[in-house]
Amino acid sequence: MHPWVGAGPDDRRHILSELGLQSIDELFATIPAEVCVDRLDLPDARDEESVRRTMAQMAISNLSMDCAPSFLGAGVYRHVQPAVVDAVLSRAEFFTSYTPYQPEISQGTLQVIFEFQTLISHLTGLPVANASLYDGATALVEAVLFAHRVLRGKRDLVVVAETVHPMYRRVLDTYTEAAGIEVVLVPPGNDGRLDPDRVRKAAGDTACCVAIQSPNFLGIVEDLPVLAEAAHEGAALAVQVVTEAVSLGLLAGGGAFGFDAVCGEAQSFGVAPGFGGPHLGIFACTEKHIRQMPGRLAGETVDEDGNRAFCLTLSTREQHIRRAKATSNICTNQGLMALAATVWLESVGGNGLRELATSCLARAQELKKRVGAIGGGWRLAYPESPIFNEFLLTGPGAGVELVERLAAKGVLAGVPSNRWGGSWPDGILVAATERNSAEDIDALVTAIKDLS
Amino acid sequence: MKQRALRSEPLFFERNPHRVQRQGYQLPPMDVPEVQPTEVLPADLVRKDVPHFPDVSEMEVVQHFHRLSQLNYAVDEGLYPLGSCTMKYNPRINEQTARYPGFTSLHPLQPESQIQGALRMIWELEEALKTITGMPGVTLQPAAGAHGELTGILMIRKALEARGERRETVLVPDSAHGTNPATAVFAGYRAIEIPSGSDGTVDLEALDRMMDDTVAAIMLTVPNTLGVFEHQIVEISQLVHDRGGFIYMDGANLNSFVGRALPGLMGADAMHINLHKTFSTPHGGGGPGAGPVTVSEALLPYLPVPRVVQTEGGFGLIWEDPSSIGSMRGFYGNFLILVRALTYILSLGADGLRSMSDVAVLYANLIRHRLKDTYHLKYDAPSMHEVVFDDSFQGRHEVHNTDIAKRLLDYGFHPPTMSFPLIVPGALMIEPTESFGPEEVDAFCDAMIEISREAETDPQMVRSAPHNTPVGRVDEVRAARNLKIRWMPEDENA
Amino acid sequence: MSVPNDLLYCRSHEWIRSDGDAIVVGITHYAQDQLGEVVFVELPEVGAGVDADEELGTLESVKAVSEFLAPVAGEVLEVNERLEDEPNLVNDDPYGSGWLVKMSGAAEGDDFLDAEGYQAFLEQENG
Repeated sequence: MHPWVGAGPDDRRHILSELGLQSIDELFATIPAEVCVDRLDLPDARDEESVRRTMAQMAISNLSMDCAPSFLGAGVYRHVQPAVVDAVLSRAEFFTSYTPYQPEISQGTLQVIFEFQTLISHLTGLPVANASLYDGATALVEAVLFAHRVLRGKRDLVVVAETVHPMYRRVLDTYTEAAGIEVVLVPPGNDGRLDPDRVRKAAGDTACCVAIQSPNFLGIVEDLPVLAEAAHEGAALAVQVVTEAVSLGLLAGGGAFGFDAVCGEAQSFGVAPGFGGPHLGIFACTEKHIRQMPGRLAGETVDEDGNRAFCLTLSTREQHIRRAKATSNICTNQGLMALAATVWLESVGGNGLRELATSCLARAQELKKRVGAIGGGWRLAYPESPIFNEFLLTGPGAGVELVERLAAKGVLAGVPSNRWGGSWPDGILVAATERNSAEDIDALVTAIKDLS
Repeated sequence: MKQRALRSEPLFFERNPHRVQRQGYQLPPMDVPEVQPTEVLPADLVRKDVPHFPDVSEMEVVQHFHRLSQLNYAVDEGLYPLGSCTMKYNPRINEQTARYPGFTSLHPLQPESQIQGALRMIWELEEALKTITGMPGVTLQPAAGAHGELTGILMIRKALEARGERRETVLVPDSAHGTNPATAVFAGYRAIEIPSGSDGTVDLEALDRMMDDTVAAIMLTVPNTLGVFEHQIVEISQLVHDRGGFIYMDGANLNSFVGRALPGLMGADAMHINLHKTFSTPHGGGGPGAGPVTVSEALLPYLPVPRVVQTEGGFGLIWEDPSSIGSMRGFYGNFLILVRALTYILSLGADGLRSMSDVAVLYANLIRHRLKDTYHLKYDAPSMHEVVFDDSFQGRHEVHNTDIAKRLLDYGFHPPTMSFPLIVPGALMIEPTESFGPEEVDAFCDAMIEISREAETDPQMVRSAPHNTPVGRVDEVRAARNLKIRWMPEDENA
Repeated sequence: MSVPNDLLYCRSHEWIRSDGDAIVVGITHYAQDQLGEVVFVELPEVGAGVDADEELGTLESVKAVSEFLAPVAGEVLEVNERLEDEPNLVNDDPYGSGWLVKMSGAAEGDDFLDAEGYQAFLEQENG
């Protein structure tokens, strides 16, 4: 017997007799004996207290970002978490329900998706946003494959800025290899930014897309209008990757500058860092290309009485219907995470988001100023280049080493910038958010000074 | 019982129409010097404001989502018998352990010494899944079943390359879920349909004809999408392996035999497991899921990176391995979902897992027994954890599966799956799972029988269902023809 | 089921009307009925060359996608642009304003059925 198995021993006997069977084994007679096992080599069932203890033990064996002043970024950011977000996520009506294929009893989920699509559309500046993708890395993959499809598979070259998150690029490589697409990297200039001429040259007239990240992996804001133009000259699609979604509260999304698609990661909108997942991929594009867009889509319509209602639409692009001709491998969205982002954004509000983003900007500027003034082997790698909330700091040693030494001083200083290589100095990517108080900033500065 | 009045809930953007100042959340105080954005950022890149985005008070946010939630049917409410979806109970302890701050506030790129607990969690779940499937390797990276399928097929592709072979096709049964052929094509293969025999299982003769050195793999769902176990699975694997191919197993229906049979013994080379099905992680209204893939000896070298390994001090991560297929997504997997799955497995234990599949199969057979005279059973073969009827009896009264589905909503149940398998037109694919009490399963059968009666005596009422849901039948054609996928301010006046 | 006498038919449910050196192709009343309400039509590019029995385009309903095939080899001369905004024409007027593609070629040979032949074929299919 177990609390999560609805029929007890008497229930089973009763049902078996109704079915005219002696033993439950008879229902498994079609399984050949040679693949059967008597018992799994696992421990017995355990009570709640015991399981909680085991899991809690694992949890406290980690040094989470709550435990020390933390400046970690590189694609995953620690932002405020309004209590309301988790309260809504904990509603069984939202988290235990399935994909809203029966719209008559899923209007809650569907309306949330519609609101999410609207918010992402307005933030990215593009009219069509989907119901979310797995994460930022796979969103980049989907954007590249999207561009490939839009150009009808006639162009097999993709230009990607080296300052797109290196981990995203590694994931992209796995897929482009399978799809027979070639990736050409464009390194950043001495200022950490892309040179549009180099982009133009790399794309020629054979690239189906140019993918750039802004703010980029080094935290630097790229010149979006100029880069969109560079891509379009060769008739390639311009794709912007965003890893710090809060930046969209202050910086206009690529749609405002002619980008054909904006993709990336919206973990900053109320999704826990959670050791890397689940996170929240986003994708938005122009109306012209809507039929090539991957992922789910909720649309507004009416019911038979003329009441407004929502339903999933354009499903024929998806795998369960298109089968071999599907637009992508994505069969799901990150429903609950999209809900989290919607609650987060609607709590924080339009003006609130701008205030929050400005707070991040201000704290990063303060931090930059103060660590930049320390000297003694510590230098900002790109002091003049514009940033949103993250920058590259170099010091007397490799980034990995510096991070460990600063941790020993009680500060989680950031992410080593070269753990996946890269043509930029080896140091620490330091990020600041609205959660980094003046005290936090003091702590980091003091820790750095202590090391020198 | 009377219905409580449900006011329809406006869109968030329709609230606070005059955009007066309200506050939904109070930020930490500004204790650093203020900065003018245009002073430090290129002015042409700074936005003036986010369009059409109001601020409302906290209570308004709570009210908004509370009322939206009331429009949803969820598994906590009652039977949700979607075939192959395994809508089982999402235990509340999972929700507790997944919220431990030591997990939620952990950054994936922290140094190894700071993340030992998380690495251990991954390791323990990997070991558990290997034991449950009887297979020597696993990756927890994939974010969903289809994602797992692609991972598996890419590993198979790499294994063939390593052998110096280039095969062109993948065999997919005509009963397969659409993701199977889509995955094969994405990986660069041609998907060739293999016909089912008269009992709905793979036709061994057809396989013998079709399996040669141009076929990379066969993708099988076990039991198949009709709920029937591939009783010749050992012969099938043998044949395919003998001719140099691989067995990909779609584990969507694993809930039917956990603790009874081992895919490793069936000859599976790669199998994806849907944690959000078999292992109780919540469906979340459409995700996040998780689709770990267990692998045979032959595919071990190609597992994705990064991987967790045991070290002297505890655990570590390998990010580089030239024989790996690479990374399928960022970081390690949907970690907080993995936490829930491990919590579930630890709680149930060996006996619990076995009784889980026992009762899942028992309930499906109870439904089959109670409904077999009312609904048409296309395939005679024994059902495992799901049973597939079709609407041909009711079709005599011009009542189809979609009508039956909509009428079930009036009885307070979620409908079964209808849109596949494609080989059963008018399908009603019912999977009860083991979670509910027998009374709930009986109530579902009662409702289905009643609806069949209604189809005879008052078909128009069934055809015009639902009558008792927050909205009536939704015009999906209009949604596709007049695409409206975001709110725009013009709508305020519409 | 409407089956006009002045057209030729394919077993894959397309109809063909001769138009000088070219043919006009659409789908039959039966086909649109099976498909359900069409929400989108994907038409080929003008100038594209196709082989006989190759996919010419697709018709999407809410729940399914169906291909329609080129009855003969030839070149696409014209496509029905009205279908972009009014895909419902395929359902409402499949033989008239719901036409799909005009292409070069002639409907010759035994592969095509006349109205009677197509009727009989339909009856056989739905036996």
